[in-house]
Amino acid sequence: MTQTELMIMLVKCAVVLMGLLSVVPIMLIVERRGSALMQNRLGPNRIGPFGFLQFTADMLKFVFKEDLTPAHVNKFYYILAPWVTLVPAFMTFAVIPFASSLVIEGNSVHFQLANLDVGVLYCFAIGSLGVYGIIMAGWASNNKYSLLGSLRSSAQMISYELTLGLSILGLVMVFQSLKLSDITAGQGEVLFTLPLLNWTIPKWGIFIQPVGFILFLVSVFAETNRLPFDLPEGESELIAGYHLEYGSMKFALFMMAEFVNMTVASALIATLFFGGWQLLPFFGDLVHLLGGADWVRVLFEAASFLIKVAFFMWFFVWVRWTVPRFRFDQLMNLGWRVLFPLGLINIFVTGLVIYKGVH
Amino acid sequence: MLATRKPGFLNRFYLVEIIQGLAITLRNLLFHKKVTLQFPEQRRDYSPRYRGQHYIKAVNGVENCTACMLCPTVCPAECIHIVAGEREDKEKYPVKFEIDVLRCCFCGMCEEACPKDAIKLSNIYEMSQEKRSVYVKDFLVEQRGNKP
Repeated sequence: MTQTELMIMLVKCAVVLMGLLSVVPIMLIVERRGSALMQNRLGPNRIGPFGFLQFTADMLKFVFKEDLTPAHVNKFYYILAPWVTLVPAFMTFAVIPFASSLVIEGNSVHFQLANLDVGVLYCFAIGSLGVYGIIMAGWASNNKYSLLGSLRSSAQMISYELTLGLSILGLVMVFQSLKLSDITAGQGEVLFTLPLLNWTIPKWGIFIQPVGFILFLVSVFAETNRLPFDLPEGESELIAGYHLEYGSMKFALFMMAEFVNMTVASALIATLFFGGWQLLPFFGDLVHLLGGADWVRVLFEAASFLIKVAFFMWFFVWVRWTVPRFRFDQLMNLGWRVLFPLGLINIFVTGLVIYKGVH
Repeated sequence: MLATRKPGFLNRFYLVEIIQGLAITLRNLLFHKKVTLQFPEQRRDYSPRYRGQHYIKAVNGVENCTACMLCPTVCPAECIHIVAGEREDKEKYPVKFEIDVLRCCFCGMCEEACPKDAIKLSNIYEMSQEKRSVYVKDFLVEQRGNKP
């Protein structure tokens, strides 16, 4: 690895890490104001324009609170748990491509931290590590509500990981690759052209795997512990579930992990089903208008990716304040008796279609 | 026996319902009037009968009160303390007029009992203070929040 390559790698790491960290304050204000506006309130609007600096107040509050460790907890695991939840959340983003490649001083730069051959598997492997943090937190808290929360989360996450895996298999079968860069590049192809309007429909995942998309969306909500599947928290029944005994920065770490998990989930949805960094409609014309230089194209690709991710982040918030929480048996019923068979059927049908030679 | 309701075919998927729900929340977000009152800038209109902070009505800088002791008598919370005195023109007046506002229950009976239209409850409702002081006479004769 030459020095330029190393530099490029470090810059990419910094960009991704800073990007993920800066998502947290943005989502904090989006979540608070979004929920308020949906409930016909105004929400925090005093600090900064439209209240966009509210996160400074929130973060200061977290920082200045007493960092209390209750006497009845298992100290080692209690302190370790928030980190075990947070770190895997950041790690998953490493394999997600956020733009195509660019040639800088003879080095072809791929805008992706690690182009793993098993990108999809890596995502799920690391993603499933997050549950250990929650189980640890619940167990170490030495509190029945926390324990119930972490019990629920382990059952829920394991059940929905199955569907998550199955929902993606159809896509992997179509694109013949587990590399996320290949899947994204494959989605740039034209699926078919609408005859009258001369609109081209790209080969985005949602058009070739609509059922897979719905399955993925539902199980990703369960994986990130967001409403309607936030049973591990369940503040009306378990007070706050697994992070009941946590305060100040330790709680902030859990919250950061949730938002980063949301980002990664949105990025995965965008990459797998909405063409990742493939340009949004009319962006191609804009690039041509601006001269079509490589760096302009990359900029617009990154912008497309960002817009797609931002939409799904908003979608997470939107769903959260729309749908009420499921009961635990309903959750399990949905997971095992609806989504799991649907995933299997989806794979079967996809296999049949591919076998028949329709692409 | 519980009535069992059979959901329709589309409803059983639950997805249609969720999309309808999302439309409702989006409609609320975009179009509905927000009920929040932006407090220091906007204020709610209270009725003129609202009983808030006390004041003693004064005409030309002289309070209407003649220290007749009707208000401390009628006060159910016993929070009004008056010490009567005599002016040079032989008129009775309150030397001390204190209201222990922490005890006051804002019933407005002092206002009703007053024959001289002196003690009044204004429309002011922001009465938080940093210490537990009583309202003294100098404070009370400032004509704040006059009622129409």
